[in-house]
Amino acid sequence: MKTKLSAENLNISFGDKQVLKNINVSFAEKEITALIGPSGCGKSTLLRSFNRMHDLSPDAHINGILRLEDLDLYAKNVPVTEIRKRIGMVFQKANPFPKSIYENIAYGLKINNLPHDKEVIQKALEEAYLWDEVKNDLKMPATRLSGGQQQRLCIARAVALRPEVILMDEPCSALDPVSTLKIEELIKHLKKKYTIVIVTHNMQQAQRIADKTVFMYLGEVKEEGITSDIFNHPKNEMTSNYINGHFG
Amino acid sequence: MQYKTNKLSSVIEWGTLLSTTLIVCFFLIVIIWEIVSKGASSLSWEFISKVPSEGMTKGGILTPIIGTVLLTLITALFAIPFGVCCAIYLNEYAENNWLTRTIRAAIRNLSGVPSIIYGLFGLALFVQALQFGTSLIAAGLTLGLLSLPYIITTTEEALKRIPNSTREAALAVGATKFETIKDVVLPSAMSGILTGVVLTLSRAAGETAPILFTGAAFYINGSTGYINQEFMALPYHLYMLSTQHQSIDQVRPIAYGTALVLVIVVFLLNLTAFYIRYKYRKNEN
Repeated sequence: MKTKLSAENLNISFGDKQVLKNINVSFAEKEITALIGPSGCGKSTLLRSFNRMHDLSPDAHINGILRLEDLDLYAKNVPVTEIRKRIGMVFQKANPFPKSIYENIAYGLKINNLPHDKEVIQKALEEAYLWDEVKNDLKMPATRLSGGQQQRLCIARAVALRPEVILMDEPCSALDPVSTLKIEELIKHLKKKYTIVIVTHNMQQAQRIADKTVFMYLGEVKEEGITSDIFNHPKNEMTSNYINGHFG
Repeated sequence: MQYKTNKLSSVIEWGTLLSTTLIVCFFLIVIIWEIVSKGASSLSWEFISKVPSEGMTKGGILTPIIGTVLLTLITALFAIPFGVCCAIYLNEYAENNWLTRTIRAAIRNLSGVPSIIYGLFGLALFVQALQFGTSLIAAGLTLGLLSLPYIITTTEEALKRIPNSTREAALAVGATKFETIKDVVLPSAMSGILTGVVLTLSRAAGETAPILFTGAAFYINGSTGYINQEFMALPYHLYMLSTQHQSIDQVRPIAYGTALVLVIVVFLLNLTAFYIRYKYRKNEN
């Protein structure tokens, strides 16, 4: 499998607090990788370092090399907007723009100077399994959709830009079981085209959808591998304790 | 286990809070009643469409109305762009260091400075140093300075209420920081910003002290509305009719009429703010 996204000797600290310690990890192309671990272990921090979301925090210090294929994501001559176009992101809480459903998809296309006619919008919404539910209400404010629909709209918004990677930060944590299943179906379907890295607290979810799983603890990667191996034959005692619910 | 069964104390607590509220409302109603009952009789179409005549004992108050409208307009044109941009800088761009904190504290303090001080400052800066003379533009700019701290503070509060997740949403699809602010943050904060702006302007429109030295005239005969000349304004006209006129008793109805018009203008501006907030709330949900 070809490596799509990777981190080498990655250290991140906020002020005096070191959050990630010497992380070496890589994500294979067109696979789903789950990042699991107890709260505060640095999964989200790792995820957000790939699309440079930490640029917003003035006290974040990032050391190490992050790559999208051969591209150094923190190289000085690489525009951050280009990186975020190629590495899309879906957040924990659905955060549609306070605009219409149509505009929510069109906005990202517009600012990236991509075509944003109705066909493109429709295709993105279809890909996110949302088109049939909203095709008659495209002018409606997106905030009127249900939580699950809003999250699928956010996925459609990311997909519309034709990214190479989609980062997902606990996309189902605020959703009910039915909406969660729908999104999991969607994620599995998106794997055909995109490389997906997903942070999750839900062990079952990781087992249902992820090809590979990375277990993190206190800012370090403790174990990584094929999902069924991690869950059935964990090598690390910490991993075993965590997936069996002894802490977390 | 002991339960709090003292009913009397809860009645006293409730009664105290209710009676203070009623006392406040009582004074408010007395003020409004005083102005409306004594001013309503002089209110007519002639009153607001005719210029003052015969030593201001006859005629209407068109000249001060025009003056106040133009004055507020100049204030708005100056204070809104500067105030909003300043708030955007402070909330979205400035790092949280001692300089930013000092600037923010200075702005908060400025909003507590008595308006007469602004008047003196306007006299020194706009009228004398910049040679605008006592004029509509000098008074408008002075009122603009007075309004700036309020507009900055209310705009910053409105921007603070926009959750970071909204900004991240725009950044994550490849928007620059400026695009994020222009296309997503500002539209989301618009109702709060406009409410603050309108309330600030309605306060500025009723100010007297800052325009006293900078351009408000006792009386203007003939045409008005020139930016480089003195003007009449409703609050100053009221002050003058009530205390400075040679036949105070004769002009008393006009004074009350002016007060009523001023209250109505301010009320209408507040109503606008209320409507804006209502409209945006409806759009958001």
